[in-house]
Amino acid sequence: MADELPKNKAELDARFSELYRAHLRDVYSYSYYRVGNHHDAEDLTEQTFLQAYRHFERALRESDGRPLRPWLIRIAHNLAANFYRDRSRKPEAAIEDAGMISTPHTTESLVEGREELKSILEGVQRLPDDRREALIMRFALGMDNREIARALGRSDGATKVLLHRAIRQLEGIVNEGAVEDTTATRA
Amino acid sequence: MSSSAPDFEALLREALSPIEPPADMAVRLESTLVSLTELAQEELDSWELAAMRDPRNWVRPAAAVVIGAGAGSALVLLRVRNRHRARKQQSANLLELAESTLADIAGEARRIMPRR
Repeated sequence: MADELPKNKAELDARFSELYRAHLRDVYSYSYYRVGNHHDAEDLTEQTFLQAYRHFERALRESDGRPLRPWLIRIAHNLAANFYRDRSRKPEAAIEDAGMISTPHTTESLVEGREELKSILEGVQRLPDDRREALIMRFALGMDNREIARALGRSDGATKVLLHRAIRQLEGIVNEGAVEDTTATRA
Repeated sequence: MSSSAPDFEALLREALSPIEPPADMAVRLESTLVSLTELAQEELDSWELAAMRDPRNWVRPAAAVVIGAGAGSALVLLRVRNRHRARKQQSANLLELAESTLADIAGEARRIMPRR
């Protein structure tokens, strides 16, 4: 059932605060995996929430009670696309580079000493943009097919296929890397 | 999909763990909202009354009012909520907690509103 729309500005702001608290980590995680470093991820997260705030009332009206997380992630997705266009650069291979940044909440500390996880992260960076994004949304943010479809502006069916192909391609990349490593070791 | 898919997906889930934002992320975002409010206020302050006779000049200050009001209200909520969480751990009982939270809301609103 659809949530009631806010009756006044205070209620609208209260709803935005709820959204902010509920999804700060989602937006930050998405931003980090997109741009690959904490500095730009923070910037992108801030810009996402500021833009979301400007359009929040309309989004609530048009959402018809559906969760707003896909809308938030779509904002981050569009801002990230502008980010690359403006700076004429691709995502850094920075999930590795960020290892130099001293923070207690990085994936690099998690994957340290886990070669298989490192190779997966490297493989994710080699995927086409849409496949990489779908995997980030599914596995880092725990979004279901319908949410991912809304965030990417695709049908549920197309999203299911996209995810399936992304996983298969990534598995291929990782296995290929493992074979190359074995061959290099033997040589 | 291959039979190894579930294992691979488990690894993928582990590799792409959610990233906790830095502890001061919320503070920085709040100060950005403050800046937005102040910029909107400066826009209004610097506007000469004479220019307001021309309706074509009404759009920018009107936008400044909207942005300023929005960001300010959000700030009251964010600040009060943050302090409420801190007080919740310190307060001896619910009544004391409610009293201090109400006082905080009033104080925070007074602090922001006169600037407008």
